[in-house]
Amino acid sequence: MADDQMNGSQILLKALEEQGVDVIFGYPGGAVLPIYDEIFKQDAIRHILVRHEQGAMHAAEGYARSTGKVGVVLVTSGPGATNTVTGLTDALMDSIPVVCLTGQVPTHLIGNDAFQEADITGITRPCTKHNYLVKDVNALARMVHEAFYVARSGRPGPVVVDLPKDVMTAMGDYTPVSRVTHRTYKPRMKGDINLIRRAVDIMAAAKRPILYCGGGIINSGPAASQLLTEFVRLTGFPCTLTVMGLGAFPASDPLYLGMLGMHGTYEANLAMHGCDVMVAIGARFDDRITGRLADFSPNSRKIHIDIDPSSINKNVPVEVGIVGDVGHVLEDMIKVWKAEQASPDQKALAEWWKSIDQWRARDCLRYEKSTKVIKPQYALQRLYELTKDLDDVYITTEVGQHQMWAAQHYRFDKPNHWMTSGGLGTMGYGLPAAMGVQVAHPKALVIDIAGEASVIMNIQEMSTIAQYRLPVKVFILNNEYMGMVRQWQELLYGGRYAETYMHCLPDFVKLAEAFQAVGLRATKPGEVDDVIREMIETDRAVIADIRVDQMENCFPMIPSGAAHNEMLLGPGDEAETPVAEEGMVLV
Amino acid sequence: MTTQTETEIQTTIAVLVDNEPGVLARVIGLFSGRGYNIESLTVAEVNTQEGLSRITIVTSGTPMVIEQIKAQLERLVPVHKVCDLTMDGAYVDRELALVKVKSTGEARVESLRVAEIFRARVVDSTSESFVFEIVGDTGKLNAFINLMEPLGLVDVSRTGVAAIARGSRPL
Ligand SMILES: Cc1cc2nc3c(=O)[nH]c(=O)nc-3n(C[C@H](O)[C@H](O)[C@H](O)COP(=O)(O)OP(=O)(O)OC[C@H]3O[C@@H](n4cnc5c(N)ncnc54)[C@H](O)[C@@H]3O)c2cc1C
Ligand SMILES: Cc1ncc(C[n+]2csc(CCOP(=O)(O)OP(=O)(O)O)c2C)c(N)n1
Ligand SMILES: [Mg+2]
Repeated sequence: MADDQMNGSQILLKALEEQGVDVIFGYPGGAVLPIYDEIFKQDAIRHILVRHEQGAMHAAEGYARSTGKVGVVLVTSGPGATNTVTGLTDALMDSIPVVCLTGQVPTHLIGNDAFQEADITGITRPCTKHNYLVKDVNALARMVHEAFYVARSGRPGPVVVDLPKDVMTAMGDYTPVSRVTHRTYKPRMKGDINLIRRAVDIMAAAKRPILYCGGGIINSGPAASQLLTEFVRLTGFPCTLTVMGLGAFPASDPLYLGMLGMHGTYEANLAMHGCDVMVAIGARFDDRITGRLADFSPNSRKIHIDIDPSSINKNVPVEVGIVGDVGHVLEDMIKVWKAEQASPDQKALAEWWKSIDQWRARDCLRYEKSTKVIKPQYALQRLYELTKDLDDVYITTEVGQHQMWAAQHYRFDKPNHWMTSGGLGTMGYGLPAAMGVQVAHPKALVIDIAGEASVIMNIQEMSTIAQYRLPVKVFILNNEYMGMVRQWQELLYGGRYAETYMHCLPDFVKLAEAFQAVGLRATKPGEVDDVIREMIETDRAVIADIRVDQMENCFPMIPSGAAHNEMLLGPGDEAETPVAEEGMVLV
Repeated sequence: MTTQTETEIQTTIAVLVDNEPGVLARVIGLFSGRGYNIESLTVAEVNTQEGLSRITIVTSGTPMVIEQIKAQLERLVPVHKVCDLTMDGAYVDRELALVKVKSTGEARVESLRVAEIFRARVVDSTSESFVFEIVGDTGKLNAFINLMEPLGLVDVSRTGVAAIARGSRPL
């Protein structure tokens, strides 16, 4: 036995290898030196040296969301570990599978306020799906395998494994993944067939149905998007997607109503409000979706498919809650639908589509065109037009107006090509996430659609991007404001722009050069296409500084706490100006 | 939104968990983090061989919140089983209290008399004090402690509720 013993660091790396890990985003320090020493001696796993541990987390998220695999992070104890907390919370909120390995002081020092000690399992308990403190080298391999299993199974999420330094040097035995089964955590995949039948019956009787679909479909994998597409086309029902769900159903399909929610389309939100049957598929009734709960889709029968039982009946009570993986459930649902030859009232459905088409005719995403200033929407439309025919394009975003405009104007036909921080809304997410995506897809065009305020939050990662020659494109819609916050101040706080103007911004072109990237700038609408083309054609990292209209607001908008039929459609729409007439007839 | 305005109910939940470090912190953190009530919480290992502990939680909330609490508990990775004893039929619940009463003369005699009625046992005594041990449901313990208040009550220690379903079926 003693012969095949290894030290903890070797066991760790062997376990990672067995888990199929090919890249780690990390940053070294005293507590993880033994692990880095083993990393030095091997070349099965690539290590990407970030410039801040938060960057490692978001990079791992981008890697995970764009590949469907688990992202892996390695950081040192204390400050290295605490720097991951925002990223862990982000991954928890958006259900992203990440395993974060944190160094820890030696076991005999734990609890002694040792140098660079932080109670990271304590700190991260509420912001991880689960966490482990490994105290015994012989339990190490099992815990690592469990961590990967927990991170990727059921509703995915971040898992921390805390690794005391002495455990990483102690000798012990390796446990292969084939010998590890989890005692308690066995998420349900198949949905209850009787509930699926009931759901199909309700849908078959619908006159004004809607399918409200979310990030759970992306979590389930590309097959679930396929099945969803099949199901939508089979039923002929309208389909709307959440911010997290974009790409789960092709945006180019006529049955697609666009995104719903606070900045969703007029047609999607009024259809949600007026429907008689709502089917929520891998979506979690977030408050950005529901608005004022008491007025949320008041007259509909609701069906909810979700792998996490706690998502069902959390915010909105539903008539049929089906616990299971969307892929499995949709597969069964399609079978039942076909077997029962479900045929909804076609006349009613046609009427419903007629109303929807009237709402569509409002063309809610239109904006005032300008020949003088670059409208941010225009810049994004051009970006979309000039990149849509390229093979593999991945979009990440920061957080703010630009994020919502990107969600509205960039159209996704495939899952896993859109990475954004939805639940936590973490400014500074987009650049490191793009870096992670690019590491996973070296040949792809990866664009971070950024705000100038957000991108500065993790701008240090430009240095990582330079080191690994990652051709990431940073497309900044530079309005010199924290635009999203300024918009709220304009609409709700009498235009008192407290602390939202971005004084002393860097010159982004020079900044790009300082990071060995290419800097480009557009200040007039006529320059936008050229800058985009040059950006695409450059085989190095680019920062494109697009100077956009500083005062543009993001519409449509449902002010927080309002109902879906109280949407603001554009400038001049006062909070009380309801779009309601058309919407109201359905209420 | 009828369910949201529904009145609160009290419920007793039994949770079987892996007896591993931090598991109680996870459960308590869940309740505080999500703003749920804990009226009573007890925990002890119940199966040494398999390393299982049983947590009994008395909580209250609207039916929708109670459903959330159970779903959230089930979501914790080291949780084996969550059982709503209040929902699932008849169950027995018991609590133990140690009640210290300091008094002399008539009050001292009266405290003994009350203890007898409640079947509380004297487990310690000095010339001016008793410690009573009383077992029963929460209501009985409350009643006893209330009666002891004017008779020189100085200290109370309670275990919290342990509960188990009636009948032959295990959790
Ligand atoms: C500035 C800003 C504005 C925003 N405005 C909007 C807006 O207008 N519209 C909008 O939609 N969002 C908006 N968001 C995002 C919003 O906050 C939420 O992140 C988003 O709505 C949640 O998406 P989701 O419901 O698809 O759930 P997700 O967070 O993606 O959750 C996925 C759900 O699916 C379940 N699930 C996971 N895996 C599976 C599986 N295999 N099978 C079945 N179920 C599974 C999970 O349990 C969970 O319930 C905004 C965010 C920001 C920062
Ligand atoms: C870390 C963090 N801090 C604060 C906020 C609040 N916030 C949301 S959007 C926003 C402004 C973003 O500005 P910018 O990146 O320039 O994007 P814009 O809205 O101008 O497009 C702020 C401050 C946040 N989401 N994240
Ligand atoms: Mg800005």
